Amino acid sequence: MPTLSTFDVVALRREFPILQQQVNGKPLAFLDSAASSQKPRQVIDCLEDYYRRYNANVHRGVYKLSEEATFAFERARGKIARFIGAYSKREVVFTRNTTEAINLVAYAWGGANVGPGDRILLTLMEHHSNIVPWQMLAQRTGAKLDYIGLDGDGRLNLDELDTKLTEGVKLLAVTHQSNVLGTVNPVAMLAERAHAVGAKILVDGAQSVPHMPVDVRALGCDFMAFSGHKMCGPTGIGALWARRSLLESMPPFLGGGSMIEVVDLDSSTYAEVPARFEAGTPAIGEAIALGEACDFLANVGMEAIHQHEQALLGYALDRLASVEGLAILGPQDTKDRGGAISFTLDGVHPHDVAAILDGEGVAVRAGHHCTQPLHRYYDVPSSTRASFYIYNVAEEIDRLAVGLEKARKLFN
Amino acid sequence: MDDMYREQILEHSKYPHNFGTLDAPSVSHEEHNPLCGDRVRMDIQIADGVITDVRFSGKGCAISQASASLLTDELIGMPVEQAKVYSKDDLLELIGIPLGKNPVRLKCALLSLKALKVGLYGVGHIHDDDDD
Ligand SMILES: Cc1ncc(COP(=O)(O)O)c(C=O)c1O
Repeated sequence: MPTLSTFDVVALRREFPILQQQVNGKPLAFLDSAASSQKPRQVIDCLEDYYRRYNANVHRGVYKLSEEATFAFERARGKIARFIGAYSKREVVFTRNTTEAINLVAYAWGGANVGPGDRILLTLMEHHSNIVPWQMLAQRTGAKLDYIGLDGDGRLNLDELDTKLTEGVKLLAVTHQSNVLGTVNPVAMLAERAHAVGAKILVDGAQSVPHMPVDVRALGCDFMAFSGHKMCGPTGIGALWARRSLLESMPPFLGGGSMIEVVDLDSSTYAEVPARFEAGTPAIGEAIALGEACDFLANVGMEAIHQHEQALLGYALDRLASVEGLAILGPQDTKDRGGAISFTLDGVHPHDVAAILDGEGVAVRAGHHCTQPLHRYYDVPSSTRASFYIYNVAEEIDRLAVGLEKARKLFN
Repeated sequence: MDDMYREQILEHSKYPHNFGTLDAPSVSHEEHNPLCGDRVRMDIQIADGVITDVRFSGKGCAISQASASLLTDELIGMPVEQAKVYSKDDLLELIGIPLGKNPVRLKCALLSLKALKVGLYGVGHIHDDDDD
């Protein structure tokens, strides 16, 4: 077993109550953090503390509880802004998740900036949440979609940029790290190329913000979307980051309370950003707990977390190479690649692989992982995915490999 | 888990009965499982209100393949009216494995039944109990 970390993983695991249990009589090996991560005690306690001690609506009451809730809510916004290197907390819009953040951009920015014949450039490795909102925008506006393909290694075919990322492209929407292939895309370079043709760039950070140091300013992107539940935070809370001037140029998304200045019978004026994009009562406790999750991750250190996952990834790639009939989708080495490994196992359907692994207490995901176009490109209906996070250890990868051998034997 | 992959399931998934297609089926219908992209097609031959032959094709997990295989054995010789009311519980009993409350695996197990029902009733007439 390799020396994995600059932090004590065994001690850190103890911070995650859910990991202390047995599943089917075996200790739980949770290898599905790409779908949703587990939560440390600190985050669970924070959420509970809000509901037990100062639950009240924000930005409304003049009483003590509401003041405290508002203060904590806005402080969380600041923590999230710092976590991703934003200039100001005004650049952080709370959303329910990545999906809602992308829909917000497609509706509010897209509606005002995209017209008939304009092009929106995506990639073949996007999650459905970074495809369908753009299809809907294209249907509303008459814009066209185009896709950057992949090379044989499961990376973006950057040669296609010359012909596809040209004048007329209004937006490049690209994932920072593929939730299936693990591929990390060269976002800073893509941002430069997009800006050179007058396009904006939206980065789907659902799989990068939880797993590596992300600095939106250094990346030079225009929009970044991510989900709290994949980064040790609660479900129901996520964020959209965008430069303030860009947010200020955008019309609202949903209409309602909190996003207005003055409401008359026929029309209204809208609040400043980011409130303009936060209609209705937000997920207050969840937002506060996401701020706590940022503290938790920052305290361990995003670089240390990244190194830990890289070590696990290297170990897993080696270990899985010894499983006969196993084929990994995407890059086969650790370079520019994160800790999600999707694979097929000869003669065994992914559902059966996952069910057999479940019997061993190993939780993995089977299916298309919300990337049907990508699976179609690889000509498989589905795959099995193991993904790693801060709390995983090499022994769990050994158990994964043993379970896979067992599945092979059962079916051959 | 070991209960789920009993000998009968493994046998039927490795060597499915009535696998293939019919040249001129009376009814043919394909169903997809959007969760995993699997598909099952059922070709059904009907004469005088009785199912005289059935073939299924497609790709799926062991549970969906074995369930389709077992179902086709059951259907051959069955009156159409009886097949139309063949229920989810009938099929689950036939498969005889503890899928419990796992909705994902239930979808796998019932995909062939859904193809059968939609085929027999005509698209748009899916019986309630086919799909929950
Ligand atoms: C790359 C990527 N984008 C978007 C999403 C959607 O995230 P959510 O369901 O939290 O909106 C996910 C997670 O499933 C993802 O992995």
